[in-house]
Amino acid sequence: MLGLSKKDTSLLIAVAVLVALAPVLLNPFPENSALAQFNAGYPDLMQRFVIFGIFAIGFNILFGLTGYLSFGHAAFLGAGSYAGVWMLKLLTINVIPAILISTVVAGLFAILIGYISLRRSGIYFSILTLAFAQMSFALAASVLTPITGGETGLQTALNDPRILDGVNDSGNIPAPNLFGLEMGDSLQVNVAGWLWTFNAGYYVAGIIMLIAFYVAIRIFRSPFGIMLRAIKSNQQRLNYTGLNTRPYMLACFVISGMYAGLAGGLMVAMDPLAGAERMQWTASGEVVLMTILGGVGTLIGPVLGAGLIKYFENIFSKINSNLLHKWFSFLPDGLEDFVVTIIYPFIGKGWHLTLGLMFMGVIIFLPGGLVELGQRISRSFSKNKNDAAEQKPAE
Amino acid sequence: MGILDIKDVGKRFGGLQALSDVTLNVEENTCHAIIGPNGAGKSTLLNCLIGKLIPDTGSVMFDGQSVLGRTPYEINQLGISRVFQTPEIFGDLTVFENMMIPIFAKRDGAFALDAISDFMSHKDVVEQAENELEEMNMADKRHMHAASLSRGDKRRLEIGMCLSQQPRLLLLDEPTAGMARADTNNTIDLLKEIKEERDITIAIIEHDMHVVFSLADRITVLAQGTPLVEDVPEKIKGHPKVKEAYLGESA
Amino acid sequence: MDQIILQILNGLDKGSAYALIALGLTLIFGTLGVVNFAHGALFMLGAFCAVTLSRILTISHTVIDETKKDFLGNPLKVEVPYVNDWFGEATGQAIIDWSVPLSILFAIPVMIAIGVIMERGLIKHFYKRPHADQILVTFGLAIVLQEIVKYYYGANQIPTPAPEAFIGSFDFGALIGMDPGSIIYPYWRIVYFCFAMVLIGAVFAFLQFTTFGMVVRAGMADRETVGLLGINIDRRFTVMFGIAAAVAGLAGVMYTPINPPNYHMGMDFLVISFVVVVVGGMGSLPGAILAGLVLGILESFASMRQVIEVLPGINQVVIYLAAIIILLTRPRGLMGRKGVMED
Repeated sequence: MLGLSKKDTSLLIAVAVLVALAPVLLNPFPENSALAQFNAGYPDLMQRFVIFGIFAIGFNILFGLTGYLSFGHAAFLGAGSYAGVWMLKLLTINVIPAILISTVVAGLFAILIGYISLRRSGIYFSILTLAFAQMSFALAASVLTPITGGETGLQTALNDPRILDGVNDSGNIPAPNLFGLEMGDSLQVNVAGWLWTFNAGYYVAGIIMLIAFYVAIRIFRSPFGIMLRAIKSNQQRLNYTGLNTRPYMLACFVISGMYAGLAGGLMVAMDPLAGAERMQWTASGEVVLMTILGGVGTLIGPVLGAGLIKYFENIFSKINSNLLHKWFSFLPDGLEDFVVTIIYPFIGKGWHLTLGLMFMGVIIFLPGGLVELGQRISRSFSKNKNDAAEQKPAE
Repeated sequence: MGILDIKDVGKRFGGLQALSDVTLNVEENTCHAIIGPNGAGKSTLLNCLIGKLIPDTGSVMFDGQSVLGRTPYEINQLGISRVFQTPEIFGDLTVFENMMIPIFAKRDGAFALDAISDFMSHKDVVEQAENELEEMNMADKRHMHAASLSRGDKRRLEIGMCLSQQPRLLLLDEPTAGMARADTNNTIDLLKEIKEERDITIAIIEHDMHVVFSLADRITVLAQGTPLVEDVPEKIKGHPKVKEAYLGESA
Repeated sequence: MDQIILQILNGLDKGSAYALIALGLTLIFGTLGVVNFAHGALFMLGAFCAVTLSRILTISHTVIDETKKDFLGNPLKVEVPYVNDWFGEATGQAIIDWSVPLSILFAIPVMIAIGVIMERGLIKHFYKRPHADQILVTFGLAIVLQEIVKYYYGANQIPTPAPEAFIGSFDFGALIGMDPGSIIYPYWRIVYFCFAMVLIGAVFAFLQFTTFGMVVRAGMADRETVGLLGINIDRRFTVMFGIAAAVAGLAGVMYTPINPPNYHMGMDFLVISFVVVVVGGMGSLPGAILAGLVLGILESFASMRQVIEVLPGINQVVIYLAAIIILLTRPRGLMGRKGVMED
């Protein structure tokens, strides 16, 4: 189907089903139960799942296929965000132009940065991209304030021109919409205590993520994709095979940057606000982690990684010491306090500590990420079943 | 006038004259070996042929075009394929994918942004890759990761990848270095087979006399950066100058 | 003229901080072949050694001073640091006043210990892994270290003053025969620069004149051969890591009066220090020092009002711009050697 192999088609369908049913699946606990805080099925978080999914898919096209580690990918996300907000301000509050233009702008930005950075490889490449991203961040936060809104950020305002929209006399800042369907609109369904929110913005972002995922599968399976993997494996041989690796790398870098721009555009389509901190190198580090946690060079890995990181970020930041005490109240008093004291630094504002530990843990123990973990587990099961079963090489 | 025409090539590194007045013709459809003791300038000459070094003097022409100053991929497109001292293949990819890449490169040129079609849907490439693997007797290993092949099979795959592009000149740099005897003999047999079956010019740069004498049509002996003698193998064997050069090294 | 001298002086202290961090980074690159993204965190830990020591020194107990009354007329409660009890009031106060320089003594063993633990516990296992993995695992470590510091010390900057004797400024202009007051330079910055130079000199002397240093230099040039000689190079590299950590830590200790430490100062300095290493040339120790000072001075020139008026924002990006230009024109950096970290 759609020019994909059977295996890829079923993967795509599985992801599509998950995206479609996420508002239900991610709310496994009834609204008033004690565990409701573990629910993830609310619009803001689900939007972040799919948007960061797109970001990570794009990053993986670069890092996973070619092995070039960019430490400045957040710059493209930021550039896309700014371009998106400007479209919402100048052109129309309809999100389509914003999303398209942010992708294009990020792509152009990636041509510029990629052209220079790709003249070096390995660690030099990482540091060049890092330097560019830090430069963009510094400029966005200071000199470019007229364009970026500086430290306060850029957002839509009442008196924006919006030349395609006609006169706005409602007295309110219009909300981003898709031909009238506002991104914030939600349909809430309450079934026997379970509250499910079907949000328009989430589904728009979700459909775009499915398209992005589909395109990524096609890239992975294409001659272009195999050349990129060859670059990672042995660039010297590829050169002596008659291929010019530089345009391949640049094309890959730009595609990857456009994915980041698309994610940035979607972010502002959901919430029309862009700030410079989106470009900081910690943000670049985060997408690296998502990709690695999921599984570098695999198709589904980055999506899983993005979802997991954003979920943990959300849940961990919400837990506080009262909640901890409630959970461990079954323990004897002294022990309860002790356990809470141990866990406390890792939650709430300490989320980043957990993140850093996860980062190290994944790289030390699970360089292949969750996908490899899954493969190991399924392999050990199939071995138990049938020892003679031959192993297919991992993809 | 041969297909590869090296004329008056000289290269100096600081105080060391690595090559001087190297003039050498490789005739089309022959196997020409360049041998010499360590430090004779074999690798410097090779690097001049593949664009890594630009000689101070002289010219290197391939089929009427200069190879000097060209990037590796341009040299490949002229019709020169290179086999490395240690087999250079795509270790993370399967044997079959390894075989497809040079065929794509031959068909589509140095760069083609075909990011949407499935690479297995290119029937012509798949078919040619299958044939080529068959030729190399590696069809049963097509799903293996190239990195997990034996040393001899890696060499076989690399040569197959080069041949799949139907190069006019196959450039081999010590193709049996570091190989066990059995693997060396296999490689020699493979190269003999290629020589007989295909219209191809082979240039070998080699240290091992055994390999050279069983393959080459002509041999050039390089010593101290300059060609000592050039002749057919039978004549080289007993040549006093050659003995001197090699004995001088071992003494 | 006075402006130029002033900017050079201004650039020197920041530049020497860059140089010290870059020196450690280069030592680790050169010896262990590891790209250490946690090196900035070591600088930050050093700064917090100073904070910790000053807190330890001011641990106090309350005494009731009968001679003084508070505003309600009750006897005044005074916090008296224990050091005052032990050494007498004058000496005690002097010790507290001099807590930053004293922290050097405190920081050296602490930082060496941290460095050795880091190397044995984590970095060691990454020698054979790809550079990307090294970057990522040390990046994770950097996050962990800074979050731990944030947890214990909070997110705000912690003022840690220099000894009173060094507060104030020095009229550099008068010294070199220019108008008095034209070049005013704070004493502590001079101290910092001199300290940095001494430290750099010590590291170089150590590498140059001791057998240990000779082996390490040989190992930087050709690790395998040195290994073949039967010398246990790994142990020396562990010590080298400890020394690099101590250098970064001391750079941090002495920097606290210039810039009150906070938990993310390491990351801020790290990015620039990496740029410094790359500009100087990977694996080149003199290159790291030179590039650190040059970039520090360059940054300070770019911050001049006259320059900013012409090129707004240049002060923010000049270092990165310089790095990009250098990398594209001289791929090995200012003093890089062929064959070191070529890709």
